[in-house]
Amino acid sequence: MDLPTPGPWQVATVEEVSKETQRAKTFRLRLSTPSRHLAGQHYVVRLTAEDGYTASRSYSIASPPDDSGEIEITVERLEHGEVSSYLHEVVVPGDELEVRGPIGGWFVWRGDTPALLVAGGSGLVPLMSMLRLARRSGRSELVHLVVSVRSPCELYYANELPGREATVVFTREAPPACDRPPGRLGEDDLRRALLPDAIAYVCGSSGFADHVTSLLARLGFPDERIRVERFGPSG
Amino acid sequence: MKFTREFKGRGGAGRDPKLPPGQYDIGSDWPVLSAEATPDLATAEWTFAIEGLVRNPLTWTWDEIQALEPATYEGDIHCVTTWSKLGVSFGGVSVDTLLAVAVPLPSASHVVAYSHTGYTTNLPLGDITGNKAWVVWEYDGRPLEVAHGGPARLLVPHLYFWKSAKWVAGLRLLDHDEPGFWEVNGYHDRGDPWLEQRYQGD
Repeated sequence: MDLPTPGPWQVATVEEVSKETQRAKTFRLRLSTPSRHLAGQHYVVRLTAEDGYTASRSYSIASPPDDSGEIEITVERLEHGEVSSYLHEVVVPGDELEVRGPIGGWFVWRGDTPALLVAGGSGLVPLMSMLRLARRSGRSELVHLVVSVRSPCELYYANELPGREATVVFTREAPPACDRPPGRLGEDDLRRALLPDAIAYVCGSSGFADHVTSLLARLGFPDERIRVERFGPSG
Repeated sequence: MKFTREFKGRGGAGRDPKLPPGQYDIGSDWPVLSAEATPDLATAEWTFAIEGLVRNPLTWTWDEIQALEPATYEGDIHCVTTWSKLGVSFGGVSVDTLLAVAVPLPSASHVVAYSHTGYTTNLPLGDITGNKAWVVWEYDGRPLEVAHGGPARLLVPHLYFWKSAKWVAGLRLLDHDEPGFWEVNGYHDRGDPWLEQRYQGD
């Protein structure tokens, strides 16, 4: 299998920092040793203190595969998260960070097969890379994204969502223009997004992932075509 | 080494020597990380087999494995996603006890641990013998939760935790190394946290 493997640690320069939501920022990084990634892969960011102490965390790539030599990661700020707090509070354009990647060969979409993408909250990040790839390559008919978020202000990439191939489900508070009353993601929300022969990519908290996989089971979706990425605390 | 501007971290003298490089202490949390749907697996359906290069291929039922000599592990576990959990306790049976009955052939050098879900992971035989590996069904004195691999999982705590296959169904002994699920997806074949063997090539 043609799988990009992570090279050694490299220095990346922060090109741009932008706010996604109250608690999430997107960092655009220029890689010193560029490598084309697959949609769904992640990078590890490593911070090193002067006493040699290091802290590293994995962050999914939000940007689609391209030859720009740059990647975007979106980082949710976690309370007591030593890496996410540093990235949110300290990092500005021009800073250098040590990164390693791209990593992962299971939760990846290569852009040429039907895919059902189901995201909970910050689990949207790797699926956004997939949606962007589909849109950019003119293969939007291959994917449908369903993203579940509590309220409009918690939706990442809000200027790109929803869309013809992307549905947003609000669980607590919906915008006025939304027909669907706020509520937990249900069978109906997924039924509309099912594509023949699709692989399902489910990303979110472990509770969300279990909820979605049981909904899919009730819809007759086979377990062996479900790929799950559980976002644990990764401060 | 490249220092990160203004990063102080939680390092210095306070760092616990039980933490391998690049790991942090997650405290009482225990994140659930698995790449598949969580299976619905009753103890009545659960079995554990040892097969491949052994003199006596065997399958234990839930009741049969429970009747073997109990063993416990008390110590630390380390996940490749950089959290470590210190001072945990698991109860089950030592893999040594199981292999003593199955009897590996001299040609056996590696194993593939496989799960009821189809998950696989590869290990050198030497990493699961000599009181280094267990099949466990208790955590902290209680039945192991399904999200953490219950009814029973493999426990190989001196390696990164993806080697400790959840919902374990058996061990296949081989005369060669055969990369498993994460290993074909870029992760290290051995996965020693003290050597930071996270990815292929480390």
